This record gives sequence, structure tokens and C-alpha cells, in this order.
Amino acid sequence: METLLNITIFLPLLGIPLVTLIKGDTAKKWIALLITSATFLISLPLMFNFDIVNSGLAQYITEGAPISSSLDIKYLVGLDGLSLLLFMLTTFMGPIVILSSWDSVSKHLSAYLSMLLLLQTASLGVFASLDLIVFYVFFELSLIPMYFLIGIWGGSDRIRATIKFFIYTLVGSLIMLVGLIYVGYDAGMSMNGFSFTTDWRFLSSDAYKIGLVQQTYLFVAFALAFCIKVPLFPFHTWLPYAHTEAPTAGSVVLAAIMLKMGTYGLIRVCLPLFPNAFMEFAPYMATLAVIGIIYGALVAMVQKDVKKLVAYSSVSHLGFVVLGIFALNTVAVQGAIIQMINHGLSTGALFLIVGMIYDRRHTRMIKDFGGIAKQLPVFTVMFMIATLASIGLPGLNGFIGEFLILNGSFFSELYNNKVYAILAATGVILAAVYMLWMFQRVMFGPLEKEENKKLLDLNAREIGLLVPLMIFMFWIGIHPVNFTKYSENQVTELIIASKEKSMAVLEQAKTEELPDWTAEFYGLNKDQQENEFLTASE
Amino acid sequence: MESATALFSLIIALPLAGFLINGLTGLFVESYRSKKQLIGIIANTAVFIPFIVAFYFFVNMNADSGALVYKLFTWIEAGTFSVDIAYRVDQLSVMMTLIVTGVGFLIHLYSMGYMSHDEGYWKFFAYLNLFIFAMLNLVLGNNLLLLFLGWEGVGVCSYLLIGFWYQDMAKSDAAKKAFIYNRIGDFAFLIAMFMIFQSVGSLNFDVIFNNLGGISEGYKVAIGLLMFVGATGKSAQIPLFVWLPDAMAGPTPVSALIHAATMVTSGIYLISRMSPMYVMIPEVMLIVALIGALTAIVAATIAITQNDIKAVLAYSTVSQLGYMFLALGAGGFTAAMFHVMTHAFFKACLFLGSGSVIHAMEHVEHGLHKEGKDVHFDPQDMRFMGGLREYMPSTYKTFLIATIAISGFPLLSGFFSKDEILAFTMNAGFVEGGSWLYIALWVVGIMTAFLTAFYMFRLTFTTFHGSFKLPSKIKEALGSEKFLHESPWTMTVPLWILAVLAIFGGYLGVPNFIAETFTGQPAHINLLHDWLYNINADYGIVLGKGFKWILLVASIIVAVSGILLALRMYNNDQQEESDALIANKFGGLYKLWKDKYNFDDVYEGLISKPMVKFSDKVLAVFDMKVVDGIVNAIAGTVKLFGSLFRYTQTGVVSNYALAFVIGVIIILYLMIM
Repeated sequence: METLLNITIFLPLLGIPLVTLIKGDTAKKWIALLITSATFLISLPLMFNFDIVNSGLAQYITEGAPISSSLDIKYLVGLDGLSLLLFMLTTFMGPIVILSSWDSVSKHLSAYLSMLLLLQTASLGVFASLDLIVFYVFFELSLIPMYFLIGIWGGSDRIRATIKFFIYTLVGSLIMLVGLIYVGYDAGMSMNGFSFTTDWRFLSSDAYKIGLVQQTYLFVAFALAFCIKVPLFPFHTWLPYAHTEAPTAGSVVLAAIMLKMGTYGLIRVCLPLFPNAFMEFAPYMATLAVIGIIYGALVAMVQKDVKKLVAYSSVSHLGFVVLGIFALNTVAVQGAIIQMINHGLSTGALFLIVGMIYDRRHTRMIKDFGGIAKQLPVFTVMFMIATLASIGLPGLNGFIGEFLILNGSFFSELYNNKVYAILAATGVILAAVYMLWMFQRVMFGPLEKEENKKLLDLNAREIGLLVPLMIFMFWIGIHPVNFTKYSENQVTELIIASKEKSMAVLEQAKTEELPDWTAEFYGLNKDQQENEFLTASE
Repeated sequence: MESATALFSLIIALPLAGFLINGLTGLFVESYRSKKQLIGIIANTAVFIPFIVAFYFFVNMNADSGALVYKLFTWIEAGTFSVDIAYRVDQLSVMMTLIVTGVGFLIHLYSMGYMSHDEGYWKFFAYLNLFIFAMLNLVLGNNLLLLFLGWEGVGVCSYLLIGFWYQDMAKSDAAKKAFIYNRIGDFAFLIAMFMIFQSVGSLNFDVIFNNLGGISEGYKVAIGLLMFVGATGKSAQIPLFVWLPDAMAGPTPVSALIHAATMVTSGIYLISRMSPMYVMIPEVMLIVALIGALTAIVAATIAITQNDIKAVLAYSTVSQLGYMFLALGAGGFTAAMFHVMTHAFFKACLFLGSGSVIHAMEHVEHGLHKEGKDVHFDPQDMRFMGGLREYMPSTYKTFLIATIAISGFPLLSGFFSKDEILAFTMNAGFVEGGSWLYIALWVVGIMTAFLTAFYMFRLTFTTFHGSFKLPSKIKEALGSEKFLHESPWTMTVPLWILAVLAIFGGYLGVPNFIAETFTGQPAHINLLHDWLYNINADYGIVLGKGFKWILLVASIIVAVSGILLALRMYNNDQQEESDALIANKFGGLYKLWKDKYNFDDVYEGLISKPMVKFSDKVLAVFDMKVVDGIVNAIAGTVKLFGSLFRYTQTGVVSNYALAFVIGVIIILYLMIM
């Protein structure tokens, strides 16, 4: 099984020399398709053999030797309940992504396929890493192929979009790198034998605690990088640019996989490492999340370009995920995890659908369409299902995530305020407004434009790549337990452990001299004040 | 699976199967779409068998049977939250199931004739089956979340069916409007569920009812109000009712099934289901009654002014739904369910009858076109009709019966259910702690009853009596009455069945006091009340027998006077003169009715337009200029990065890719070794 995990991560890399060396465009595409399909198939046993009861423990671990006797940095991969579903989503999307651009990309085909394959390995690596430096390397590595995908195969304004995307996310990650190095040395001090360690098993254990002052700075450094990636309002402006300029395959990977690295980082890294800061910052993060939900929806509503509309809808949807993560109870966090998968499926499908219509008409402007439902019955059904999934219709996947997130946030002890969930729930109304309005203007009404009268319905390849997504949308909508069970135990344990760790840190902090702002921020002088207040009133 | 579970599953599974068979085959096999007979039979069977099965469950139950719960599987589970796909067969749900599948089947049958020339025939029946499936989840769900699945499911079917002829932008506008207004209600419903879960830790009905004490007083009021807001969306009450009149854009069988007989009564079902909680919050009950009564009279006054045959029926539906909420708010949950049932019979009959009329008018238009006359008129406008009774005897007779029933004329179904509602309304003013406002609401109710009889007979007389007016309005249409014809049997048979039900359906709920007056003994002739007494927490009746007789006579008097006034004003081709007369008499008030109280304009002017404008002119600009502007400004100060990366962008990509891959391999190699 350990070997299988490693093969899954690196098999796509093997495809790079193959697609470069083999002659013939069709052969190249088939190689890429076979490699990604094989990756998916090989990854399946990882899911079937996963020990659900002990989902909190990383499984299928491969551990390399530390790179030096004092630096405990090593190749360390494995899967646990938090990463498994995202890992599987990545392998599942692989062949779909390759198929999506089967007919639409011919420029520098080898390089194009190589980038997609490299992106696949990088994404898988992010989710499987159990060493923070390895995590960081994969995290950064995923930027590079995406940079080229947008920069070379993108739309007319691709250069600006690429630079914005690259620099924005890079700045975030560099700040995180600084924090990461600090954590490495700090952890090294509390560990015997090394001066530096980023072994996740140690960092996340209760043996390693970070002081309140440091937690605050480090949380900001890490959370900033992840929030840019999510993207959380107000760090989202790179996303609409990147999506409108990216080729379809790039948009699909970006939406389905790469944005999840941000939300994944928040729960994977920020919570166990900085539990106190995580909890104290929760109301602020929730505020940004709620603003993002409403703001993203309102801005989506007035977009004239379908793809940009879907991009802004992502800002809104990922706001839900962030809201769920910071609610920090099992209901909401489980909702957030399944919602990451849901967003990957339904927004992935929406970008594929937008790509299909773009391939036919070379426009994505809403006003260029109208009435095409008549011309494209199968396309209409697929588009409708993806739309309904996106607006959270019960019976489809989106509802499960949104409901659990909102329900959990409603009684979250961290927020201790119903307003977050109530305001966020207005997103349910707004989503119906912007999605159905767009759908109506594109699909319904009289078929008037000559160009639209000649449109052809989906071909077998296009149906074939949408149907698997649809199956999972229904499956998760009707029987989500099949998916949520993987993270259930881990999430429950993680929340308890993080709370205990934060209590321990607080206890320890009481004995220490702290700057005023820290004591105030973490409510340390509250007890004292209350006591004084009580004595005064007596 | 146990045999009872398997049998029960048929009720849910067959409509879904019908949807899948017709929907998927129709979508992918083009030749299937023309096999209309087959498609229709599949869809009809998929509703008829569930009706039979539900009937079997019904006869095997009595009023004291406990609820049968059939759990299929666990739906959602996360932390403390758990909810099942589980169904609940009890007195209330079996009653709703019989209405949904019974009336649903008749409308399916009718649609085989009505939709026979439509190219989307397969799609229509697929949607109709899907609707039945969703509706059954709504009424049979054993927890609020499964009910909510059905609740939103019927909303989507309604969306798809209102916009069935989607090439007409106005129709797809109406569909979207319906969905969005419903979503506003659903938002409130969601919050109510969060509150319930937070208080009792479950959304399961039994658990909720057993732990009502665990919900704080404030929460109960909030939950009651929020659920009611949800109900105002689905059941078209003030302030969210404006979608329902527009929803008439859908094919007429849809109006009958979804927008009259079943879906729009979901809100009443919900509150009736939650009645044990509602009786604990009388202040919310009063609000429910107030909104219901207000909606009833507002919609009734609009109905007087309409000329579109379906618009009159639509406002009539809104008004009758208001009546049902009045009953709920007055503690007459059973009375409300009684009216749900009788209304399903007579309103479905009326809508299907109007469909038959529209069908005939369209036939006239087509006939004229065939003669080479380019005549266009609105086949739903009753000013072109008149005298149709000669040409469409079955449609006329059934329509007349249903009209008499809805008017509350003695001994037909509407008479009993409406009287029950009015009696409960008055009663609520006299129960312990009751508010005098209920007595005022009784006055509103009785005025509405008068208006109902009046506008319904205005509609019937104008459409069926007098002479056929199309030729006098449009010269080329002279002699066009030869194209008028009665509809085929698939359409008239459902009409007759519904008409019979509209006559006799009321005998399930004859008030006990009528028998008691004559026998002097406590009587049990109100079968419906006896059937539902375990589920509905009705207020006790405190009114004396004599008082009840007075109320009964009062409602007879208003119904008869409404009918007589309409007879005087509309029986003989005087519709336009009489309308003008009313307009003169009421002046500005009439204009307000005609303008539908300007609800739509106010919403559009105050909410939707400003919201779009704000998003477009403020937020979208803010996003580009401010949020992104700050990012750009920061980036601008670090231009070094920019120029660096712009530089690397030129060059051969594969080289870069190769370099990166090699680099990564080296790093990984170092780590693993």
C-alpha cells in the first residue's frame, strides 16, 4: 500500500518524458489519458483499504531519511481522514482534465500535457505530505505549471492574469516560508537530536506547543498564504482574472483542486499548530467568510462573462467552507470537508460546460447566447444539473455541505453568534438569483442568433467526461455517509485535541509574562477583571 | 427488506422510476419521443399504483394506529447531527398521499389529451412524475430535512414546468421568479431547522414533539414565525405570494396539479404537522391568521378585476390558501386540512375545465388560420368567450359544479370546509385567552366568502353563458363557433370524477353539531376530525350550538347573495358594462385591485432593481478599483518581481518544464536517500 501511494503521486511524472518523446498528437494525448487513468485506478485501493476507525492516524506512511543529522527534513507521505478525499478527488479529476481539452489544444501539445501531468503530481504531493517542508515544496511546485498553463494557453489578456496570479500567491507563500522556518527551528528545540524538524507527526502532537505571542504572528503568516489561495475576501481579485484567462483544463484544476489547498491548509496546518490563535481569530475569519459569501454572490450576479460569473461564485462558495472550518465543531467542519469536494465537482463541471460552449462559439458573453436549450438538449440537462448542484438543491451534493456548515456555524461556540450563519444563509437565496438568471439568459428565450442555430449537441467524449461528475453529485447528495465517514473520526478527535492543546497553552501562559495585547486578545486578564468586579460589587 | 417496507417503497419508487424511464429514454433516444401512448401509460401507471398502495395502507389503518415508520438508510451523519431517509405513514400523511396520487393521477390522465400535440410530451410527463416523487417525499418524510428535500424538489419541478415553454422569455421569467420567491421562504425554513436542531438535537418529528419543552419560549416563537415565512413562500401568502399568478404561464395541467391542488398546500401541511408546537405560541397563531385573512381578501378583490380565466383562478387559489392559513391560525388545523382536500377537488376541476376551454379557443384560432385568416387573440381572455355551454356541455357542467362548490353553496364540499374555517375563526375569539381580533377576522372571512361566490360566478357566466363573443370582437372570426368542440374523453373523464368529488367530498367533515341538534346525542359524523384527532392539536370548540347555527346561516346568506349579485350583473353578456359599473363605484380602490396592489412594482423598485444596480455600479466597480486597486498598488511598489517574471515568460516552455522537473527530482532524490 505504501508503494501504491508513492506510485500514485509520481506516476504522472513518468508521463512527461513519454509525451515529450513520442511522436504524434493523438498518441501523446492517449498516453496522458492512460497515465492519469492508471493513476486514478491505482489510487482506488488506498480508499478501499483505508482504516476509517483510525482515520486520525496517517496511513500508508513512507518515511525517507532526514537530509542531514541535524535537520529533520525528510520525504514523508501518508494519508489520513483530512487528506484522503481531496487526494482521491485529484486522481479522479486527472483523466477528466486531460479529456476536457482533447480537441481544443494543439499548440505546444507536449508541453501542455507535461504541465498538466506535473500539476497532477504536485497537487497529490500537497495532500499527501506529512513533512511541512515537503508540503511547501509541492505547494509551490503546483504554481509553476499553472503559471505556464495560463501564460501560454490562456486568453488574450493572459500575461497580466498570470503575473497577478503568480505574484499574489507567491508573496503569500513566501511569508508562510518565513513562518515555516521559524516553526522548524522552534520545534527542533523541543525535540531531541535535531535542531530543526518539520515532521508533521511531531508538530501536531501535544508534545509540541507554541507560545501565544508566536502563535499570533505565525497564524497570520500561514493563514495569509492560505487565504490568498482559497481565495478569501478581500484576497480574491486574482481569481476572476486567472479563471477568465485560463484554458478550460487550467480553470478546472484551479477550481477543483488548487483552491482547496488553501482551505486544506487552514484546517490541516493552522488548527493543530496554532489552536489558540485559530480560535481567537475565528470570528474575524468568519466575518471575512460571510462578506465573501454575499459579496461574491452579488458581484457574480452582474457579470457579463459566464466564466467570470462562475469564478465569483467560487468566492462565495469557498466562503462557506471557511465559515465551516472556523466554526470548529464536527458538524460544520465535516460540512466544510465535503463542501471542498462538492465545489470541486460542481464548479469543475461548470467550468467544463463553459469550456464546451466556448469551443463551439468562441465567446463566453451571456448576451451572445439565448434560447440554445432547444439546440442542445443533452447539454441543457447537464448544465441544469450542475447549476442546481451549485445552488445547493437537496438531493444533490452542494446541499449536504452547505446545510452542515450553516447548521454547525449556527451553534458554534467559537462564534457564539447566530448572525454569521443567518447572513451566510442569504447566500442560498443569492445563489439561486445569479445562477438561474445566467442560466435563463444563456439557455432560454427565443433562439435568434444565426450562429447559435448551428450549434451541435455534446459528443460522446463530452458526455463521457461530465457523466462521472454527475454521478458523484447525486451520490454525495443522496448518500453522503459513504464519503463523510472517512474524516468523521479524525475531525472529532482533531477538534478535541486542539481544544485541549489550547487549554494547555493557556495554562502555561498564565505563568508567564505576556505583552498586554496578547493577554487581552486571548482573554487572559478576564478572570482577574471579573474577580475584581465581583469583589467590588460585594 | 421487509415486505411492508417493500410495498411502501413502491409509493416512492414508482414515480421516480417513471421519471427516469421517460426522461432518460426521451433524452437519448429520439424515436422514443413520438411514442406518446407508451410514454403516457408509463407515467400514469407510475402514479396510479402508488395511489392503490396508499389506499391499501389507508384501509389498514384507523384513527388510533401509531405511525408506521419505514427507514431506508441513513442520509446525513456528522458529529451529533444525523438524519435518515425514513418515511412516516400516519393519518395525516396518508391523507395527503391519497390527495397527491389521486388528484395527481387524474391530472396525468387529463394531460395525455391536453399535451398530445406538444413536442415536449415526454419531458412533460417526466417532470410530472418527478413532481409527484418530490411531493411524496414532502408529505411522507419522517423528519424536517426530508420534508425539506421534497419542499425544494417540488420547487424545482414547479420551476421546470412553469418554464416548460422556455422559448417564451416571459414564461421563463415567471419560472425564475417562482423559484427565487420560494427560496426566500426556504431561507427562513433553514434557520428554523437550525434552531430546532440546536434545541432538541434532532429533526425527527417524534423527537421534536417529545421534546417541545426543551425549546425555549423565544425560540418557539422564532421557529414558528420562520416556518410560517417558509410557508408564505411555498403557499403564496403575503408578502411572498406574487409568484403564483405569474406561475400560470405553465401548461394548465401544471396549474391544476402544482399551483392549486398539491404543492401550494405544502405550507398548510407543514404547519398542521407542527401543530403541537404552534398551539404553544398563540401570538404566532394570531399572526398566521391575520396574514391568512389579509391574503384571502386581497387576492379576492384582485380576482374581481381580472379578465384572464387562469388569472381569476390563480388569485382565487391565493385567496383560498389564505383561508386555510386563517384556519390554522385559529387553531382549526383539521379544518385547514379539510379545505386542502375539498379545494384540491374543486380547484383542480376548475383549472382543468379552464384548460378545456383554452384548448377549445386555441382550436378556434387554428381553425381560422387554416381558413387563411390571420386572426390573433388571447385564448385565455374571457371577453372573447361566452356561450360555451352549448358547445362544451361536459366542461360547462363540471365547471359549474366546481364553482358552486367553491362558492360555499349549501351541501357541496366547499360549504362544509369553509363553514368549518369560519366557525373556528369565531371560536378562537372565545377560547380562553383568545383575542377579539379573531372576531374581526371572521368578518374578513365572511366578506371574502361573498367575494368568492361573486367573482367565481362572474367567471362562469361570462365564459359559458350568453353568446359567443369572439365574432363580435373580431370581424374575420365570424362563424368561428363551428370550430368550438368538447374535449376528448381523457380530459372530460377526470373533470367528471373531480366534479363528483367536489360535490361529495364535504361529507367527510360534516360538523357534529348538525347531527347533535337533531338527535340530542353527541355525534361522530365529522369523520375527518375523528381521523386526525391524534395528530392535529385543534383548539376545543367553545361556541354553543345556537351560535354555530347562526354562523352557518350567515355563510349561506353571503354565498347565495354573492351568487345572486353575479347572476344579475354577469349572466347576459353584460360583463364589460358591469365591470365598468364596479370600477365607477369603487374608483381608486378598483384601480388598486386592478393593479394588484402594486406588490410587484414595489418589490422591483425597492429590492431587485436597487440590488442589481448596487452590485453592478458599486460593488463590481469597488472590486476592480478598490480591492484589486490596493493589490496593484502594493504590487507596483515591488515592480522588481513584475519585470523578472515578465522576462522569464519569453522562451521555450518545454525547456523550463524540463528544468523544473529535473530540479524537483533532484530535491526529492536527496530527501529520500
